[in-house]
Amino acid sequence: MTQDLVIYVIYIAYAVGMLMTFGTILTWVERKQAAVMSDRIGANRAYVRIPFTQFKLIWWGLFHGLADGLKMLVKEDFKPRSYDWYAYAVAPWVVFTPVLLVFGVIPFGGMLDPGRLFPALAGWFDGRTYPMQIAQLDAGLLIVFAFSGMTIIGAMLAGWSSANKFSLLGGLRAGSQMISYELVMGLTVLGLILIFGTVDLGSMVQQQSGTVLGFLPAWGIVYQPFAALLFMTAAIAENKRIPFDLPEAESELIAGYYTEYSAMKMGLFMFAEFIEIAIVGALFTTLFLGGYNLPYMDDAGLTLPGDIAIAMSHGAVVVTQLVVFLVKVMVVCSFQILVRWSLPRFRYDQVLRFAWKFMMPLALINLTFTAVLLWWVQGATP
Amino acid sequence: MKPYARKQYWNAPTLSLWERAYLPEILRGLFITSRVFLRNMGRWMTGRKGALTTYYPEETRFDYAVLNRGKHVLTQRPDGKPQCIACNMCATVCPAKVIEIEAAFDPTDTAHPKYPVRFEIDYSRCVFCGLCVEACPEDAIRMAKETPGLPSDDRRQMWLTLDEMLTWQPQRDVAKPYPAAGAQKIGGAE
Repeated sequence: MTQDLVIYVIYIAYAVGMLMTFGTILTWVERKQAAVMSDRIGANRAYVRIPFTQFKLIWWGLFHGLADGLKMLVKEDFKPRSYDWYAYAVAPWVVFTPVLLVFGVIPFGGMLDPGRLFPALAGWFDGRTYPMQIAQLDAGLLIVFAFSGMTIIGAMLAGWSSANKFSLLGGLRAGSQMISYELVMGLTVLGLILIFGTVDLGSMVQQQSGTVLGFLPAWGIVYQPFAALLFMTAAIAENKRIPFDLPEAESELIAGYYTEYSAMKMGLFMFAEFIEIAIVGALFTTLFLGGYNLPYMDDAGLTLPGDIAIAMSHGAVVVTQLVVFLVKVMVVCSFQILVRWSLPRFRYDQVLRFAWKFMMPLALINLTFTAVLLWWVQGATP
Repeated sequence: MKPYARKQYWNAPTLSLWERAYLPEILRGLFITSRVFLRNMGRWMTGRKGALTTYYPEETRFDYAVLNRGKHVLTQRPDGKPQCIACNMCATVCPAKVIEIEAAFDPTDTAHPKYPVRFEIDYSRCVFCGLCVEACPEDAIRMAKETPGLPSDDRRQMWLTLDEMLTWQPQRDVAKPYPAAGAQKIGGAE
């Protein structure tokens, strides 16, 4: 159908645009937040001068991301004389692409009814509605894990094909660390799957739109606060960010598995990492923070506690949902940056011990507890 | 082979149970950093400064030491000419070789006939050691407390010229009494 095609092209453009914007903005947010946290000003020297005038747009250093990108594009693309040049060239893309693909199953808004949004097009759309999600897959969460598992291959490929001992060590560390924490991540989410009874992310978010006990929003974090904590930790470890950035520990391994990469290839690794922050934010929002739902809000409008209903037009609802999703993602990203600039790095054996001997049992206990509680609540019917 | 045993120190820190539980201390750390973040952010948003940094070329610190070796200045005689006699001592002693002096002869000024027409310092290479000040026999070159406005896009703009060094107005402590007219003898031979 042409209508479907139009809508999904718009969705994909929105998703890609959003991720790229997040990737770029986060480099700035990371610098600035770190600076403000440590009583500094932060990078603010890059500017864009309006041609033929002396007006310099500084905008709190927002153009540093642009300057970085330019620098990476212009720099010499140094290649090591590696025997596996193909794997070397392909590795950044193997890291970068799955990160983007993960977003395909994440719902970033509620139900869209283009006919109601644009009455002029009502005839053409003929009452069709589209959930704001690129791919409505029943296996949503599995896709997320499958694709985020693929970035491990990219990291290990990069480490192996660089023909450099530091890279190889980094690649090995990345492999073992990411596999360990992937497991923990999966286990923490199992509790949520038990509660919601589905792995379809769209349906999971819809189930989070109600309230529990009359006033608490029925978000995943309310049902599973402990799992949320474990998931966040595992996600940061999976993303190889600072308390767990052993694969690229500068003081030990120069830059880990991308030591031998330069110019835009290295930029791609960095960019993938920043987009992954946004993806982790989006996942955490979807699973634990009720996705695009504002508390007490559904597709019809607001229903505040005490049965005060405020109707909202369809356009207002769509915009609110999009904005709420973005804000939540931004908050989670900001939290990740806070963690990154607060905690010191683990030792390598501590990282793996933490995954297998500490987080894994805790995740299992959480799962068991959830299962027993559910069995008890649901009346123990076989 | 004996397994490696970590050396024990008499003052080795020990973790209490609370600290070994890890999570509370992590949360405390996050709380501290986010509190600092919010405090500074609040200051920025209310138009105050939320950082300890001095934003250098635009802002300079007020608390430079009195003896801070900053920008070079040339002291002047009461008639406004430099006290410098172009003896090149400073240029000779300069470890970075940044001082360039071109001397000239002024027959009308019998007391100090040799004077500089060009006195330039390349601030892109100056190390601010102060040896020129110590070498000067005439107390002609000094270093002011203030720092020079160094940052520049062009290193050719970073030369300090004679005119700029003479903008520092000497106060009474340097103004040597200019020899009275007719005092031709130098060296004090009565």
